[in-house]
Amino acid sequence: MAAKTHRVLPGFGLALGYTLVYLSLLILLPLGGMILKASELGFGQIVDIALSERSLAAFRVTFGASLIAALINGFFGLIVAWILVRYPFPGKRFVDALVDLPFALPTAVAGITLATLYAGNGWLGRYIEPLGFKVAYTPWGIVVALTFITLPFVVRTLQPVIEDIETEVEEAAASLGASRWQTFVKVIFPAIFPALLTGFALAFARAVGEYGSVIFIAGNLPLISEITPLLIISKLEQYDVLGATALAVVMLGLSFILLLAVNVLQWWTANRHKNNEPLEVTAARAGGAA
Amino acid sequence: MSSFRKSVSGLLLSLVASAALADATLLNASYDVARDVYKDFNPMFQKYWKAKAGESLELKQSHGGSTKQVRAVADGLEADVVTMNQANDIEFLADKGLVAKDWAKKFPNNASPYTSAMVFIVRKGNPKAIKDWSDVAAPGVQMIIPHPKNTGNGRNTYLSAWAWALKQPGGNDQKAQEFLGKLLKNAPLFAAGGRDATTTFMQRKMGDVLITFESEAEMIAKEFGKGEFEVIYPSLTMQTEFPVALVEKVVDKKGTRKQAQAYLEYLWSKEGQENAAQNYLRPRDPELLKKYAAQFPAVKTFTVDEVFGGANKAFAVHFKDGGSFDQIYVQK
Repeated sequence: MAAKTHRVLPGFGLALGYTLVYLSLLILLPLGGMILKASELGFGQIVDIALSERSLAAFRVTFGASLIAALINGFFGLIVAWILVRYPFPGKRFVDALVDLPFALPTAVAGITLATLYAGNGWLGRYIEPLGFKVAYTPWGIVVALTFITLPFVVRTLQPVIEDIETEVEEAAASLGASRWQTFVKVIFPAIFPALLTGFALAFARAVGEYGSVIFIAGNLPLISEITPLLIISKLEQYDVLGATALAVVMLGLSFILLLAVNVLQWWTANRHKNNEPLEVTAARAGGAA
Repeated sequence: MSSFRKSVSGLLLSLVASAALADATLLNASYDVARDVYKDFNPMFQKYWKAKAGESLELKQSHGGSTKQVRAVADGLEADVVTMNQANDIEFLADKGLVAKDWAKKFPNNASPYTSAMVFIVRKGNPKAIKDWSDVAAPGVQMIIPHPKNTGNGRNTYLSAWAWALKQPGGNDQKAQEFLGKLLKNAPLFAAGGRDATTTFMQRKMGDVLITFESEAEMIAKEFGKGEFEVIYPSLTMQTEFPVALVEKVVDKKGTRKQAQAYLEYLWSKEGQENAAQNYLRPRDPELLKKYAAQFPAVKTFTVDEVFGGANKAFAVHFKDGGSFDQIYVQK
């Protein structure tokens, strides 16, 4: 009698079975097939493909641009999320809905629009190119496209978490003598940091795989502005399915390692702050330190 | 995007159309910009076949990137016929046993009912005086082309320049590769595809010369106005073929061999040839070529078979990983 744990939802076994089948069908099966296909090549061959000069350059561009885009969104996305949750202003619902647009827009349309905007005669390009900033058809164009595509990931991950922090917490910190900066660094930031990391990781992962928007603004010059997904398409053009899967597997491996690192970081920060004290106590401590 | 809307409405139309009763259905898997050609051609063939065989046919179209299309057919898309813009795509289907090994001999003219040529599009008045390939490679000229490794359009440009360099006094493969190196330095970007290159050149006003199909020039005129640009024919350029083939496995399974064969043959009929000409593709019929001479000025062309020994060989030497294109960029 005693061993039976109580669960709120009935049918746990069924739900778990369903979850496993669902995930297997959707994720494990295609990924497994891909790895199986790639394993037709020897390990040496996969390494050769991954270490060719063009592949290396493409990996650098892809992961570098994705990282920068995710960092930009980590900063500005946080601000957007904060404003959207904390401050009432006219047209707020409209702005809130705008955030989702990059999700809904076909990526090719996004790429073409951005290229038109940032090209030498575009609305933005005509002002920034004379200043010496070329965006369209350079690696910076890739960063712009990826930043656009991944904005919603950070904002939408942060919003509910920020909503959970009650303004009383800030007030408590303030009343205990914490400065604004201290309130942010010691009270608010630790609470939203794990969600920020999640948003960052989602944005990064999405950016690494992005193809449709990037090819229209990148310029696609070998060794300079070719992304890995373009090389995969290039291999498919050659009917080299094996080579394409090899690149895909390497890309997947690199992404997995990076996402794992983010998860570990998240786990570590969660543990560090898991003294299980309510936020009010943290606020009090922050105030006390002042 | 209007082309997107067009394809959606096309899809809906074809769904509605398939509700109507037909004696047989043919699916034509085709390349992207062939839409206009077959939009006009299909009703013509339906009428012809109704009069000839008394059958009402339903004709469906599937359009997409040429290589993507043949891969779909290889993976089981039940197309009765394939009408492509690159021979090596049909070769791929032949290798898979879906298309006859000697497909190029099953129809006249290398199984290509019409052709086009790679031409230069320059800005009005030709301010950089671009007349031939050497002018495109001159310092200070910017050339807009789609990616030579990933698009048929870009590959045709690359091979055209290569063939031109070969035919120059003292020309050989090494000199041709050096020339291509110079030429590609003038590309500030590689567009994602043919239409993207056109947009970059015409709308974003990038570059001094756009290199594309002759047939594309007419599309540009419709979209941007005739006075905006000039078409320049270089001293030598590629005659691009648009090969067609019967998908043997599918027509045998569906029992549509007779209709599919007639459909492709009809491309060589007077009506079929005239339709090609009206879509700015050079007809094979010499009389029609004369009739439309104003539209198709005489130009010295070569075919891939003549200079490169076939599409497959050209691809292997120049565009496979490690081929001449890669060597130009990765000189190690």
